[in-house]
Amino acid sequence: MSVLTMDKETIAYQGGLLGVVAAAAAGILLLVSSLSSDAIALRTYEDKMAGLNQVLPPALYQNDLLATERSWEFDGQAFRVFVGLNAENLITGYAIQSTAQGYAGDINMLVGIDAEQNILAVRVLSHSETPGLGDKIERSKSTWVDAFESQSLSSLSQPQWAVKKDGGEFDQFTGATITPRAVVGQVHKTLQAMQQKLIPEISKEVSLYE
Amino acid sequence: MSEYKSIFADGLWRNNVVLGQSLALCPLLAVTSNATNGLGLGLATLFVMVFANLIASLMKNTVTRAIRIPVNILLIATLVTVTDLLLNAYLHDLHKVLGLFIPLIVTNCAILGRVESFASRNSLVPAMADGLAMGLGFTVVLTGMGAIREILGSGTLFANASLLLGPHFEFLEVTVIPDYRGFLILILPPGGFMVLSFILAAQKKIQAVAKRRAEKQTTTGGEQCA
Repeated sequence: MSVLTMDKETIAYQGGLLGVVAAAAAGILLLVSSLSSDAIALRTYEDKMAGLNQVLPPALYQNDLLATERSWEFDGQAFRVFVGLNAENLITGYAIQSTAQGYAGDINMLVGIDAEQNILAVRVLSHSETPGLGDKIERSKSTWVDAFESQSLSSLSQPQWAVKKDGGEFDQFTGATITPRAVVGQVHKTLQAMQQKLIPEISKEVSLYE
Repeated sequence: MSEYKSIFADGLWRNNVVLGQSLALCPLLAVTSNATNGLGLGLATLFVMVFANLIASLMKNTVTRAIRIPVNILLIATLVTVTDLLLNAYLHDLHKVLGLFIPLIVTNCAILGRVESFASRNSLVPAMADGLAMGLGFTVVLTGMGAIREILGSGTLFANASLLLGPHFEFLEVTVIPDYRGFLILILPPGGFMVLSFILAAQKKIQAVAKRRAEKQTTTGGEQCA
């Protein structure tokens, strides 16, 4: 009895057909996924490099930044550090990715510093702060993050690393204090982590990156 | 030809996914904070709808009633995943904007609804026409609602449209109200509900007026006959 003349109400026909459809769906997904995986990997890489290059100018390093990525722990927080090296294999800068607790969830941010631990730039990669209020931490919406440029732990004292409302040096936004407070706090924390633990550790292991 | 006329009248107005059937409200409210996002999700849904209807119509004699729903869900889920992968690979900037919402197309009951109630009972060309009409109707509502919320909420129209459609469409990006301070609530979810309620009310009003006019015409016509 061929499939075409088979009684369509039997369990065998229905089960078999469901199996064939599921197998066909899996096959198509496998095919499309393998065809697009290279392009997707390339796009992800470009995204990551574009983000890193905003905080660590490409002129500063010669190495493959992504290959130097390592995760460190400081004061209960995770910091992913990318190390920029020049042609002589000396450290010229760092890009540090970490997460601040904002008003509406995680604020994923990147801080770039040079070898003397002065800030090159700060960028927010992703966040879920209130549109129109807290989202001024995005560089595309406001120049607020530029206030961090060339600041360091020595240029501002401990209490100055805060928003103006808390007696510090950085502006808050009208109607939103929690978001800028979180970002300022996290930038400060990143600098402290680098100075107190990560830079000494990384310098010891710089040979790892050769 | 009148069959297609009726299919498009259904999709765009009479039986519109949002206005007539009140389906797909979840993605509608989520993405329409601006017109570009609405257009993007509308086009992605349109694509999935046409192909889901096409394949469901081809399989209508093979697939029996008992397993039709699981087969159709599998079909839609596969199409959405393929769309997601292709967008991520080749229209990456758009994917960054819409990425979160594309998997939501699977849960868009409007697609399963059309596949079940139309495509599984009709032949190939009308099924595709129905997918196109329903998808267009959904796109128009998404874009229109996005435009209203964007103009009133942030004073712009089609911001970032060049990310979606390519640099040739930069002329679409307009600042409607210069130096606008923004009207935040319209961009936030409550604004979505408010705008939707006004659109639905307007649609009901127009339909009621049209109906009254039609009735008037028949009564006057009747008098003349008598």
